[in-house]
Amino acid sequence: MPDSTPPDAPAPEEGTDASADAAPAASGISRRGLFGLAGAGVLGAGVGVAGGIAVDRFVLPASASAQENAAVYPFYAANQSGIVTPAQDRLHFASYDVASGVTRDDLIGLLKDWSAAAALMTAGDPVGTYGAVNGPYTAPPEDTGEALGLPASGLTITFGFGPTLFTTADGTDRFGIAAQRPEALVDLPHFPADMLQEAASGGDLCIQACSDDPQVAVHAIRNLSRIAFGRAAIRWSQLGFGRTSSTTTAQATPRNLFGFKDGTANIKAEESSVVDDQVWAHGDDGAAWMAGGSYLVARKIRMTIETWDRTSLKEQETIVGRTKGEGAPYSGGTEFSAPDFEATGQGGKPLIAADSHVRLAHPDQNSGAQLLRRGYNFVDGNDDLGHLNAGLFFIAYQRDPRTQFIPIQMNLAKSDAMNEYLRHVGSAIFAVPPGASNGGYVGETLFGA
Amino acid sequence: MNTKPLLITATAAITLLALTGCVPNNNGASSGGAGAITVDSSATDCAVSSTSATSGTLTFSVTNSGDQVTEFYLLADDGLRIVGEVENVGPGISRDLVVQAQPGDYYTVCKPGMVGDGIGKASFTVSGDKVQLAGDVQEQVDAAALNYVAYIKDQVGQLVTGTDTFLAAYTSGDDATARDLYATTRANYERIEPVAESFGDLDPAIDFREADVAEGDEWTGWHRIEKDLFPPTAADNGGTTYVPLTADERTSYADKLKTDTQTLYDAVNDPSYTVSIDAIANGAIGLMEEVASGKITGEEEIWSHTDLWDFQANLEGAKVAYEGVRDIVETKDPELVKTLDERFASLQDTLAQYGSLDSGFTYYNELTTDQVKQLADGVSALGEPLSQLTATLVG
Repeated sequence: MPDSTPPDAPAPEEGTDASADAAPAASGISRRGLFGLAGAGVLGAGVGVAGGIAVDRFVLPASASAQENAAVYPFYAANQSGIVTPAQDRLHFASYDVASGVTRDDLIGLLKDWSAAAALMTAGDPVGTYGAVNGPYTAPPEDTGEALGLPASGLTITFGFGPTLFTTADGTDRFGIAAQRPEALVDLPHFPADMLQEAASGGDLCIQACSDDPQVAVHAIRNLSRIAFGRAAIRWSQLGFGRTSSTTTAQATPRNLFGFKDGTANIKAEESSVVDDQVWAHGDDGAAWMAGGSYLVARKIRMTIETWDRTSLKEQETIVGRTKGEGAPYSGGTEFSAPDFEATGQGGKPLIAADSHVRLAHPDQNSGAQLLRRGYNFVDGNDDLGHLNAGLFFIAYQRDPRTQFIPIQMNLAKSDAMNEYLRHVGSAIFAVPPGASNGGYVGETLFGA
Repeated sequence: MNTKPLLITATAAITLLALTGCVPNNNGASSGGAGAITVDSSATDCAVSSTSATSGTLTFSVTNSGDQVTEFYLLADDGLRIVGEVENVGPGISRDLVVQAQPGDYYTVCKPGMVGDGIGKASFTVSGDKVQLAGDVQEQVDAAALNYVAYIKDQVGQLVTGTDTFLAAYTSGDDATARDLYATTRANYERIEPVAESFGDLDPAIDFREADVAEGDEWTGWHRIEKDLFPPTAADNGGTTYVPLTADERTSYADKLKTDTQTLYDAVNDPSYTVSIDAIANGAIGLMEEVASGKITGEEEIWSHTDLWDFQANLEGAKVAYEGVRDIVETKDPELVKTLDERFASLQDTLAQYGSLDSGFTYYNELTTDQVKQLADGVSALGEPLSQLTATLVG
């Protein structure tokens, strides 16, 4: 009788406060409750930045056998979680188009409903008043139920607004927000060799759901999509099964599907001044409502891995500019040694080739511009030729794409030796607003509380 | 095919009480959550965690700790009239009863074993303000059932005549006329399809697609004739050349369809035939599920590609069923009615871009992916709130 409630159960608190800080509900179906977080310690790792918390607080069980899956990140915070949060292992990302006929009030209603549901799910609770297995017997359950019994699993849900939310392709201002469109929220230019598919690009709204359990991430997108029916529908979505970046110094550097460590030189949450300078939008950047927000660029990059696998180790390492095992720059040292682009070898040729990925992507070659990368490996089955439809779902957060992603990607698209093995098939950009105030909603700084 | 069958009750046992309903407030009333009253139904007792509550939406979370199947009732002050009930709670199972309760005196009682007067009958008091609800709902319920049965009879009546005309053309070898009549005649069936599904073997005999038929079973009905009228190429037929039916075979399938349609007609014209209010609501939900699973995918009319005709007929049938109970639902959840009105209209507008039953529709295989996506979005937009209809109606 796992879900039976004893008649003498203590009365739970009055009213359901969706706050992530609220005590676990006494409900027998609280996912968080199952893992006995009632004496949980709070590990503060806050780094002061403009208007917010740089590193999310995370909660772990007090027991020594702490499960990573029990991590809980707050939904209501100055910055949205899922950016500098330690990159979780799994991703479900979805882009949505707002339905025709939806008014400004309808859109605000959707953002409020989404935020309330996200607050519940990130706390490990099912959505709705009754959840997944209770409520009126003749009605479908409010929550879809596949995450029952699972802990919060470090779930973060991050919302973003695409350019077309502000101004449609034909210039229509559907929601009276065209004037507030940040200048930084540009339409991405065409990059050389782009092979973009319309069906895997763009979108009015996006949701990034990251978790250490794939079922928890999928549950989040599924329930938020269900809540949206009639107001917004999925345009495209992407599952990612392995993180390709570390966003804190505590995490080991993972590998992408080329077999190389990815994200060694990523922005880390602990680098507070870099995070403040390169990741968070500032109030005086041009759009005051974006203060504490960030800009997300997503690129679906297909890797022709079968061809790559037939490439010699020497060629692979030369293309990347790092060793495959340790991940050290070709100029020498270990993984975290700074690359020396001046170092030369036999015949005076640079050790790190002029067209190597590490050189072209390095801040020194891009006026100091950096990105907080948060990408994931994907394999979407196979293509008609029996090749794995595999690659990198690249996600980057930044303060201004005009000076960060765009020039860096232009540099790479023109010259990167790796391009022979890459195809950019999907592309999107979103303004990610600051976090919701306690009990508020994401977007309140744009639409008003 | 797999929709909720439109349940047929031999007697109009509709007891929709003004005191019941299920408009959840946002006070948090989930099992064990704020506001839930727990009930422990054991072999010897019916222990309710509270003997009083404030008017509004109440949730009784009933747990069966005994070893027999149990029931829980909330009875009116006469101790007889049922205000709300949960049935078939097996040993070890928990189930919620959600009721909208007016101030007054009630009784709670459990019935382990499901027979007798029950045990642990206790007083239960609801205080607070009166909850605004409609007056005489029963009259509206009776009228809705009556109207819907009349609608079913009318559609099946038209189906019988239409099918006769269609089959006459088909058996006489006038394929062009038969093809013209195929989709429009089927509309009468598609509007009330859940009714036929409620009669067990009838829907499989009349409306099975080739892929639905089990190995060894004979494939009959509309879609068998569809394939003969719109014959596939060998490539679309699993690599084998399609062999047209002979005149005798045509007559045999035609006679079978005619007989099955007549059986449906006789069943719905039986004097004892009636429908319950929740069956009407489930019929509306079921018809939109039909659209979502069969029509929007182009699977229903795989040879004729006339899926949008079926779509239109399903939508009309769902709308009629919804309209029949709309006023009752409005008194309980006006927001839901507002949403459903808008979404029905919006989906009809989207579908109307591709034609009408009178003038014909675009064939499914001529629609672009974007157009299908737009229709699918409209179906989801309507289907999601529509799934609340029965619960709101019968609470």
